[in-house]
Amino acid sequence: MSGYSITEASPRQKWIAGLLVAAYTIVTLVPLFWIVATGFKSPSDAIAYPPKVVFEPTLEGYVNLFTTRTRMNPDQLEELGPPQTWYDRIVRQYDMVISGPSRFGERFLNSVIIGFGSTFLSIFLGTLAAYAFSRFKVPLKDDLLFFILSTRMMPPIAVAIPIFLMFRTLGLSDTHLGMILLYTAVNISLAVWLLKGFIDEIPREYEEAALIDGYSRFQAFYKVVLPQAATGIASTAIFCLIFSWNEYAFAVLLTSGTAQTAPPFIPTIIGIGKDWPAVAAGTTLFLIPVMVFTILLRKHLLRGITFGAVRK
Amino acid sequence: MTHSPIERVAFATPPAIASRARGLSDRALAWIFVTPTIALLLAINIFPLVWTIRLSLTNYRANRANAELEWVGIRNYTRILTDGDIWLSMQATAHFLIWTIVLQVAIGFALAWLINRKFKGNDLWTTIIVLPMMLSPAVVGNFWTFLYQPQIGLFNYVVSFLTGIDPSSFSMIGDVSLAPWSIVIVDTWMWTPFVMLICLAGLRSIPDYIYEAAAIDRASPWRQFWTITVPMVLPFLMLAVLFRGIENFKMFDMVTLLTGGGPGSTTELTSINLKREAFEKWRTGYSSAYAIILFVTVFGLASIYVKALNKVKQR
Repeated sequence: MSGYSITEASPRQKWIAGLLVAAYTIVTLVPLFWIVATGFKSPSDAIAYPPKVVFEPTLEGYVNLFTTRTRMNPDQLEELGPPQTWYDRIVRQYDMVISGPSRFGERFLNSVIIGFGSTFLSIFLGTLAAYAFSRFKVPLKDDLLFFILSTRMMPPIAVAIPIFLMFRTLGLSDTHLGMILLYTAVNISLAVWLLKGFIDEIPREYEEAALIDGYSRFQAFYKVVLPQAATGIASTAIFCLIFSWNEYAFAVLLTSGTAQTAPPFIPTIIGIGKDWPAVAAGTTLFLIPVMVFTILLRKHLLRGITFGAVRK
Repeated sequence: MTHSPIERVAFATPPAIASRARGLSDRALAWIFVTPTIALLLAINIFPLVWTIRLSLTNYRANRANAELEWVGIRNYTRILTDGDIWLSMQATAHFLIWTIVLQVAIGFALAWLINRKFKGNDLWTTIIVLPMMLSPAVVGNFWTFLYQPQIGLFNYVVSFLTGIDPSSFSMIGDVSLAPWSIVIVDTWMWTPFVMLICLAGLRSIPDYIYEAAAIDRASPWRQFWTITVPMVLPFLMLAVLFRGIENFKMFDMVTLLTGGGPGSTTELTSINLKREAFEKWRTGYSSAYAIILFVTVFGLASIYVKALNKVKQR
């Protein structure tokens, strides 16, 4: 077979490869598509058989997700007068009135606070440690680095028991601060390893030039190295945020109300009357930030996941 | 970047001169930079681990405040290892681990190999393929219960459409023989992209000239695949297996929400079993011993595996 080259595929091969990958992608996307679509169905359309692909979209699921409602008898409803807003009208179809906001908004906000708080802290501490490991002679450097990585092997449930007891003693259970510290501890191993890879790639000469110019080490670090490491820091932050955003085990074991994030909360929506569109609406809203990040930062994903093993 | 005279001097300056810069010494700075991280890890990982070991030797129950600690020695450990439940959940875990790794490696490698053909739009497809692994396993597990519903679920509809089996005649998460597969399917759906990305990294790290040399030697494509592609990707593939293995041994969130360990205990993985002991039966001492056994198992298996991995890398 002369003239064959594995490095440059023939047009026919490319065509077949493209077709197969596209087929896999479409199959993979069906569950995601289904989540989004179910969020816009009415409860009866959601459980119709055969499953409905074409349906009349409604915001009922979203209204139900964000509100709590009470059933009223028709006489009482007469007295209230006509519904004032579009969401009142949706709820009124079922002889119900909105009695207040649901807890979804609160839980979502908790996810934002804890997610971003722990990401900021992991990046802050992780960058400092990674810089030190990359540039200085730290005693027992390799052992410390391995120790940092090994903390990720611990099953969350295994450490959850003493953390539960420890947080109870310190008054940290079910608090935002407690969850931020916990997620930071889990994320920091990844942050240090990824960031060390990025900082290793910045030539030392830049800092040495700054030092000759009369900068202190610290000034050289934040005026020269930090700007150079910005893209690496950004992609590491995404990985930390994705973890804190999605974490469930610690959240369900260590929080009950005040600091509970969305992942333990969304499954409880189904308990309220098998309302699949509301569950789907909550799931969709929760997935959107991560999806947007993934698409915006796709260039950095591959490098981040492989610890910078791929060089262009 | 323009090169001023001072920069040119700096580029040629050995580090010894540079380190005489003013401000904190490098040693002090290194300590200041590293200490917070180590302190946090000691407080939230090591201290609890030591505490778990201590608790595992007692009959402590966390739901009874101020209860007297009674030392029971290694009784918790012997009781766990002779208990049939732990072996059942180990079996469920092994089934889950083996099948998810086999499927994810096979599909993930095939996809990476196809994407490496550099066809039009492969970046776009790659971005979309990785979406499932960015999602919350708990939320995803919760939603898949809907797709698996026997009467109304999309999964059953598709299966019956393709095979003609009555969609209400089987329930993926309710049936004893199907439930272990229901969790394998969701995990494979979620994590195949991860294996794919790592394989892709491996494939892209192979320099073109090796293939060119092989082609000049008239090695067939099949031969090139087995003597170049596979050995060069193997370390990456093994790394992917290590990550997936550790993650799936710890698996808790997705399976808890999908099957909750049921029906019976067919999908009760070790973490789910452990959670039940610790936070439902509140046998804190007993479950601490259980946790230590699991941790030692992961750590031991991972260490042996990493040794094998390093051997493969050095070849």
